[in-house]
Amino acid sequence: MKIKGRVWKFGDHIDTDVIIPARYLNTSDPYELAKHCMEDADPEFASKVKEGDIIVAGENFGCGSSREHAPIAIKYAGISCVVAKSFARIFFRNAFNTGLPIVECPEAVEKTDEGDELLVDLEAGKIVNLTKGLEFEIEPIPDFMMELLKAGGLIPYIKSKV
Amino acid sequence: MGMTIAEKILAAKCGKDSVRPGEIIMAKVDIALANDVTAPLAIKAFEEIGKESVFDRERIALVPDHFTPNKDIKAAQQCKIMREFAKKHGIVHYFEIGKMGVEHALLPEQGIVVPGDLVIGADSHTCTYGALGAFATGVGSTDLGAVMATGQIWLKVPSSIKFVLKGKKGRFVTGKDIILHIIGMIGVDGARYKAMEFAGETLKELCMDERFTICNMAIEAGGKAGIIPADDITKAYVEGRAKREPAYFYSDEDASYEDTYEINVSELEPVVALPHLPENVKPVREVKGVKIDQAFIGSCTNGRITDLRQAAEVLKGRKVHPDVRLIIIPATQQIYRQAMEEGLFEIFLEAGAAISTPTCGPCLGGHMGVLAEGERAVATTNRNFVGRMGHPRSEVFLSNPYVAAASAVAGEIVHPEEVL
Ligand code: SF4
Repeated sequence: MKIKGRVWKFGDHIDTDVIIPARYLNTSDPYELAKHCMEDADPEFASKVKEGDIIVAGENFGCGSSREHAPIAIKYAGISCVVAKSFARIFFRNAFNTGLPIVECPEAVEKTDEGDELLVDLEAGKIVNLTKGLEFEIEPIPDFMMELLKAGGLIPYIKSKV
Repeated sequence: MGMTIAEKILAAKCGKDSVRPGEIIMAKVDIALANDVTAPLAIKAFEEIGKESVFDRERIALVPDHFTPNKDIKAAQQCKIMREFAKKHGIVHYFEIGKMGVEHALLPEQGIVVPGDLVIGADSHTCTYGALGAFATGVGSTDLGAVMATGQIWLKVPSSIKFVLKGKKGRFVTGKDIILHIIGMIGVDGARYKAMEFAGETLKELCMDERFTICNMAIEAGGKAGIIPADDITKAYVEGRAKREPAYFYSDEDASYEDTYEINVSELEPVVALPHLPENVKPVREVKGVKIDQAFIGSCTNGRITDLRQAAEVLKGRKVHPDVRLIIIPATQQIYRQAMEEGLFEIFLEAGAAISTPTCGPCLGGHMGVLAEGERAVATTNRNFVGRMGHPRSEVFLSNPYVAAASAVAGEIVHPEEVL
């Protein structure tokens, strides 16, 4: 799985309320949720994002509640991958379960700026900053989780097995 | 290299000789749990998968405890979804009102969770069962729906932190004070993603009820699990109630830990956690004099028989302060009956306390004691977030049952020795 896209950069501790505010949780329609993705950090985010763009963020991305709406909102906003220094535990699970690729790589986060173009190669275990000509190593994503991502999440994955 | 108890249990559940922190595994689940809030969504996920039957009708526990007996129409609808699902699939461990209890007190009591289990619950306090020497952790509803369908879950093996408890605890110091002290020390994300393993000589004087309290609040330090390896006390508890054969796992001498902390329990005093974070921990003496409107003794943290006995010790022959509502909720039907038979109810009623049928109730501001604007409560629960027990401008102080009972008598937060 190779992902290429333009970077939107955020700081540390981006919580689930920033990703998708609780006031929009009365719907579970993914496209409706996507319209409000990151709204409290950047009100225009959803309209500026282009299909395939990448979020790059600091520590503890996705902390807060266990709402699965958070990775869903990001995914349906068109974001193809989130690269962060670290992720909160339940967000980490929920991202893979909903089919949103996420990667931990503190070094890439440090050296990437908003607007850079990144190439994330999940199988080869590397991130390339195409704008700056830098390459970073990442832990390859375990096979099982690759399968989850390819299937589009936990439910479709299990459906394909039963 | 050696393995910790967490690593050993997880290795056993994925059929490997060893696992290491960070590794992703597919593990077999022994018990899957959901409640009236999380089950409806998990059932939806299960139905999307489209499997005819659950993986094992004896290994799923469904407990309507949060908003029950149904507090309103919405709660009634939620419970109905769960009840009908339980019937349709012949779920053995479904607990109807009258048999129900707060899930994390109920499952160990009924012998449904046993040492060595991997327990996955759609509730963050699933970590409570670690007190039995099991690996137990909370997940979201989709995860649980998938577990109900397949009996498996993917997990990232956590690294472990060890807490060595030394010394003897003083009068009025309980398991609650030990865990609050630890949370105050490492903070609400001090154990994020990690397993918290408890060890040391003090464990010998902690009964199962106090151990459950300690593991219950691992999540308040961000932990993925809290674990106390089984010993004679565990075995005595499990004997006669275990519904399945227990398996005992112990950490190797050369197991590796990300951190090790020593806690001298002899130096601890009864503490409270001030609003609005469980890490705001202070000795009761320093908080003395804070007026309260309500005291709540109950929940999956401190609603067991030991807790009720501690409360009764303080309340015996005393009266609840005229400006305070004291609400006592035994966590399960069995505890309820035992408290009644031991004469604790007589003491509570004489003191002027309200006693309720088992429910989570006020713990999450659900019902049975919701706080109004500006009100303040002392509670034996586990969370004191903004609005946790009611109005966003109400306050919750977390404490052990001695302190909660003494404060109810005094009308303000006090050290139990001032009342006794
Ligand atoms: S008693 Fe409180 S913390 Fe425990 S399960 Fe119920 S609501 Fe959750």
